[in-house]
Amino acid sequence: MRLKLTVPNLLLTALTVALAGVANADIDPERQAELLYLLKHDCGSCHGMRLEGGLGPALKPERFRQWDTKTLAAAILYGRPGTPMPPWQPFITEPEAYWLAGQLKKGIRP
Amino acid sequence: MIRPLLVLLLFLSSLTAAAECLTRGTGDLGIVIERASGSIKVLDTTRHEVLFHIEELGDLSHASAVYSRDGRYAFIFGRDGGLSKVDILCGTIVKRLVQGGNSIGGAISQDGSLVAVSNYEPGGVKIFSSEDLSPVAEIPATPLEDGEKRSKTVGLVDAPGQRFAVSLYDTGESWVIDMQDPKAPAIRRFTDIGRLPYDALITPDGRYYITGLFGQDGLSLLDLWYPEKGPRLILENYGKGEEKLPVYKMPHLEGWAIAGHRAFLPAVGRHEVLVVDMSDWSQVARIPVHGQPVFVMARPDGRQVWVNYAFPDNDTIQVIDTESMQIVKTFQPGKGALHMEFTPRGEEVWISIRDKDEIQVYDTRTLEQTHSLPAEKPSGIFFTSRAHQTGL
Repeated sequence: MRLKLTVPNLLLTALTVALAGVANADIDPERQAELLYLLKHDCGSCHGMRLEGGLGPALKPERFRQWDTKTLAAAILYGRPGTPMPPWQPFITEPEAYWLAGQLKKGIRP
Repeated sequence: MIRPLLVLLLFLSSLTAAAECLTRGTGDLGIVIERASGSIKVLDTTRHEVLFHIEELGDLSHASAVYSRDGRYAFIFGRDGGLSKVDILCGTIVKRLVQGGNSIGGAISQDGSLVAVSNYEPGGVKIFSSEDLSPVAEIPATPLEDGEKRSKTVGLVDAPGQRFAVSLYDTGESWVIDMQDPKAPAIRRFTDIGRLPYDALITPDGRYYITGLFGQDGLSLLDLWYPEKGPRLILENYGKGEEKLPVYKMPHLEGWAIAGHRAFLPAVGRHEVLVVDMSDWSQVARIPVHGQPVFVMARPDGRQVWVNYAFPDNDTIQVIDTESMQIVKTFQPGKGALHMEFTPRGEEVWISIRDKDEIQVYDTRTLEQTHSLPAEKPSGIFFTSRAHQTGL
């Protein structure tokens, strides 16, 4: 028995549409630091503190070249059904998810 | 002036201390992983002191350690594939190599001669000589459908009979690797153990290898006395039909919280600790707790179980009385209470508090804090008593 971990693209697209129109609002520097701390230590428990991967995949810009910021922000906010990726919506606002997605696409080492 | 002289003397003595080795036993020593700075500290649990600070151990996110059977050397497994042999009496790195791209823990063989490392990238197990870390065997995991990658390996433990047991995350397998003849590893593969095994443990007697499953309910149980019977699912009806909560950190099945004939386990996606009767592997109780448990650790005498939690509840620790199955204490030692380690006979528990950059020590009788030691973003704490325990 083998579980297929394909992304339910349709669902993701639907969520992405719901997110459309959220501008890349300004995140104040203090909150940016908190988000990067969260990225390092809490996202890091599955993706590695250097984001080079663990039980979860590496979060490197090469991987996100095909992803637009909206799709990535949606994955952060709503999780990826069928995978262990949980929704971070209870802890992160939409503008914050956009900002994080932008950082990940640029490539950061938190 | 006397003061600059004193400072100079202190400086010189600290230099000599780092260059000289201690002459003492190691039974009351341990290490703490400082995961963000890639360093460790050597701890003295009798005097509540830091003996050495050792740097340049690479990426230590999710790092763990095992000990040589003489309790002198710690083998540290880093996320970046680093395998380091550290002399805790000298505070030095004896040997360090990067053996894989991305790894997740390891084990030392029954006779202490072999160290095995579990790798995510490339998926599989590599086995080294504990003496000089020279390569002994390489066991690649099952290839994935795309043909390029191999399954990640998780839950690697040592088992009696010079064996290792490991599970394959992507392909849902458990393998038993017999290393009696180091040149010719004999592998027994069990497929279809369940979906997405994320971690595993072996009971302290070395008989049962139990794998937690993320992709479905239940756990997989393999009786190593009768491996020919194959693994079977236990607790498969647990939580059936109930919605699972999102999981912000995978539980760990390190160690095995046993009290009498009952075992205590973290539930996945639920705010519960599970209690299992080990005579027939049936569910005895579900104890509602503060969050999603990460570590469920029994005090060595089995009377208490201490539990920490996943984000966003990782500021809290709870203590459960195993007889009444009631929570006897809930407290907030600080954000990022990541790991707990009992002293060998259980009078103290040492807890890493990441965001406070400290280790807190608690008296397990009074449940009150007695000491605090500085450590940079501490995570795993590993005492040398693990040297003599199967599976640790």
